[in-house]
Order: sequence, then C-alpha cells, then structure tokens
Amino acid sequence: MARTVTTQRKSINTLAAWSVGLLIFFPILWTILTSFKSEATAIADPPVFLAFDWTMENYSAVFERSNYMRFLWNSVVIAGGSTLLGIIIAVPAAWSMAFVPSKRTKDILLWMLSTKMLPAVGVLYPIYLIFIKLGLLDTKVGLTIVLMLINLPIIVWMLYTYFREIPGEILEAARMDGATLREEIFYVLTPMAIPGIASTVLLNVILAWNEAFWTLNLTAAKAAPLTAFIASYSSPEGLFYAKLSAASTMAIAPILILGWFSQKQLVSGLTFGAVK
Amino acid sequence: MATQHSRSAARLMMAPAVILLLGWMLVPLAMTLLFSFKKYLPLRGGDLGWVGFDNYVRFVTSSAFWPSILTTLIIVGGVLIITVVFGVLLAILLNQPMWGQGIVRILVIAPFFVMPTVSALVWKNMFMDPVNGLFAHLWKLFGAVPVEWLSQASMTSIIIIVSWQWLPFATLILLTAIQSLDSEQLEAAEMDGAPPLARFGFITLPHLGRALTIVILIQTIFLLAIFAEIFVTTGGAFGTRTLSYLIFQRVLESQNIGLGSAGGIYAVILANIIAVFLMRIVGKNLD
Repeated sequence: MARTVTTQRKSINTLAAWSVGLLIFFPILWTILTSFKSEATAIADPPVFLAFDWTMENYSAVFERSNYMRFLWNSVVIAGGSTLLGIIIAVPAAWSMAFVPSKRTKDILLWMLSTKMLPAVGVLYPIYLIFIKLGLLDTKVGLTIVLMLINLPIIVWMLYTYFREIPGEILEAARMDGATLREEIFYVLTPMAIPGIASTVLLNVILAWNEAFWTLNLTAAKAAPLTAFIASYSSPEGLFYAKLSAASTMAIAPILILGWFSQKQLVSGLTFGAVK
Repeated sequence: MATQHSRSAARLMMAPAVILLLGWMLVPLAMTLLFSFKKYLPLRGGDLGWVGFDNYVRFVTSSAFWPSILTTLIIVGGVLIITVVFGVLLAILLNQPMWGQGIVRILVIAPFFVMPTVSALVWKNMFMDPVNGLFAHLWKLFGAVPVEWLSQASMTSIIIIVSWQWLPFATLILLTAIQSLDSEQLEAAEMDGAPPLARFGFITLPHLGRALTIVILIQTIFLLAIFAEIFVTTGGAFGTRTLSYLIFQRVLESQNIGLGSAGGIYAVILANIIAVFLMRIVGKNLD
C-alpha cells in the first residue's frame, strides 16, 4: 500500500528541496547573471540581482580578446577523441571480463582502478620529456592519448558493470538458434549494451572536458582547451567580474547543456553502474 | 561453461587495455625513479650525476614536507566528510514526494559540470573577494568585518570550493541507492513504532553501504589529485600546499627534477597506502 501524503507535507518538502537546490545552483546562476552586467554594475554595492541594464558587451569583449572558437574546438576534439578511443579499447576488455570471468578478473579491475591513484604530478616531467621526444607537446593528439589513458580504468569499470547485467542465457539461446559469434555480438549484445555505453560516453566526455592538470601543463597555444582559456582570465583580469563571468559562462555552457539534456543517462553513468 | 578457446580469446581482448595501462604506469614511473637518484637541474647544467638518496633525505627534511602531507589529508578528509554527510541528508530530502523533483535534481547536479578552473575563479573573485565578493557584502549587511577568505581561512575556502564541486556526485549516487530501498520495510518499521532516527540507522544507512563505498572510493581518487583549485586560488600559499602541489613547485617552479622526482616517489607511496586501505574495503563491498 502506497503511503498517502498530505498536501501540507508535500509543500514543506518542496519548499525545502527548492531552497537547497537553488542555493547549490546559485554560484552558477550568479555567474550567468553577472556576465550580462556592465563592469560597474558587476561590483555595485549593494549587489544588483535582476534590475540592471542587460548587455552583451562582455561576450563581444571576450571574443575580441581570445579566440574562443579555437579553444572550444580543441576541447571538443580532445574530450570526444579521448572518449571514443577509450571506448574502442575498453569494450573488448570489459566484454571478456563480464562474459568470461576468471579468478583474476576482480584483481585486474581493482589494479586498473588503482593506476588512477598514481599522482599525476609525480610523472609530469617524464611525460613532458617523452612528449618532447615524440613531438607531442602542445598537440591535440598527445592530449587525447593522455586523457584516454587516465580515463580508461573508469571506462572499463563502468562498461564491465553494465555488461555484467546482460543475462548469459540470452546469448546461449541465440547460439542455440544458430547465431554466429558475429551475429551474436551485433544483433543480440550490442542493442542491449547501448544504454550502458551511452552513459559511459557521457560521463567520460564530461571528465575529459573538465580535466585540468594535463590540459594546463601539456599545452601552450595551439592545443589549449577551454580549461586553459579560462585560466588565462585568472589575475589580474579576474578583477573584471563581468568579463570573467562571460568567459566562464562560455566555458561551461556546452557541457551544462549537454548534461541537462541527457540527465537520465548521466545519472546512471554517474553511479558508475554500480548502484541501482 | 567457458572453454579453453574462449578463455584465450578473452585474454586477447583484454590485452590492449592491460598493456596500455601497464605502459602508462611503468614507463614514467621508472623514469621518475631514475631521476630521483640524480642531481638533475635542466636550467642549471642538466644531469649532474648520481647522488644516492640525497634527494629523498632533502625532500623529507624540508620544512614543507609534513605540513603538505597534513594539508593533503585535511582536504581529502574534510571534503569527504562534508560531501558524505550533506549528500545523505540531501538524498533523503530529494527522495520525499514533492513538486518539480526533476528540476531540483537538475539544479543540484549542475556544479558537477563546471570545470575546476571556472569554479575556482568564480568562488575566488565573486564570492570570497574581501572587497567585492558576495560574502563580503553579506558580512557587511550584518555589520561584521568581511573575511579575507583565501588568506585568513584558506583551507576552509578550498574545502568549500571542492565540496561544492563534489556534493552533486555524492548526492546523486546516494539518491539512486535510496530510491531502490523497499519502502514497505520502512512503513512496517514505522507501524511497529520505530522512531525516525532508528529507521534511518537500522534500515536506510545499512542499505547505503555499497553506495557510500563508491562515493568514498571515487572521490578519494579525484581528491588526491586536485590541482586547479589550488593553482588558481592561492597558488599553494597560506598553508594550502598539498603534497602534489609541493612536488609541482619543485619540478616546475624550482626546476629541480631530482628533488621533485623523489617527492613523486613519496606521493606514489602515500597513494599506495591509501589505495591498499581503500581497495580492501571496496573489494569486500563490491560484488
């Protein structure tokens, strides 16, 4: 029997949840609002919330100051490329772990995850040297490879937990009906695995998009993504709040919109497939 | 059911991922280990030969070493406590019947999408700035003297910023776990007269064990590596120098590769201690 809820109780819940939600969201909201103010209004005392002259001047100033489109393009290529590459390498691995498990499967998974705990800064200089040797410094290819490697353990782990949910009996049934391995993979497994792969892709695009150690340290001018674009607005330009806000809004907008539209897959992705 | 044939096929399918990660782990680590026994100053003479354990001794005896370990543990521990406690509370709140649950969830997830450099800059300038920040306005409104957040309360500030970024993650995982809790069990307990706190402690909390494990594991991995939040806000000043940041300064700012590499090896050891500890808990809870 479902519990009946009084309207009064529901109202209190709604009020509390909305207050907390808005409080958590407030820094982002404030940044977006400030990006439409003039610099003088942005630091007005007391602060102005909505009643100001909305202006687009900060956005055009940011466009003039830096080549936003190039940073954006670099972010798209690096985040997309590293995720795609990671999926291609991780799918067979996760597949075999889920369907042909051995005694060591769990150890291998935990070992993979533990490589993520290695402090990046400890290997910064060696990677830097290797990158110079191979001509990869400040290139999108180099950064794509590094981000693929640092996210690979998470991709494998997530795919493994999703694949494990697919019942083996279905495969056996397909086999008995005379399906070849290829048919089995394309017509039986893939359709069932698509939602899991989609969630994995989504979460990893976000992680790669927001990665801010390797992207700051291995790029200069050519391959710098949006994380570096925004770091260049650190002091002293940071004092220009409205322009800083416009640049910030432009840096987070693509992923914020992507995340909101794909909320459902993302929530399941965020739990790394491990919580139901 | 697995045949010999499918087993070797499985090994073959796993090979690329395993080999790549092994290479990614071992090659740079071996180089770091090598450099750590050398006097290596790229801008002042380059490779100046072997020095034994000198770098290791110098790194540990430097006055910055133990504070940096402590800073690292405080940041990781502080953020974990805040995100787990508030994550559980928020998850319970969001699980209650209400209007516009979907929208509230969108609002709560949002900080997770914000890149660390942006959130650090926004918090630093627009909230924590002692003159123009919103907090300063708020303090003045109540007649208090504005706090110089990033110098006077630097650790608190960093923990606030990082907790804001990770609270959505904890909340969502815990919310998903709570939603799978059998509500009849809770109702039965309620009818039997169990008070809310007992219902939480004996039914809800044990049910969350696995989700909490995931939250702690994943967050620890990412929190040990935080960089941009410190780089953009304090630059390691005012007692916010974590072990990672200390090594970063040795390698990039002083260009002392030998010393930085020795620090890197210490960081690897620290990470391993924490990893063994975590993996033991996770290995038990994950199945």
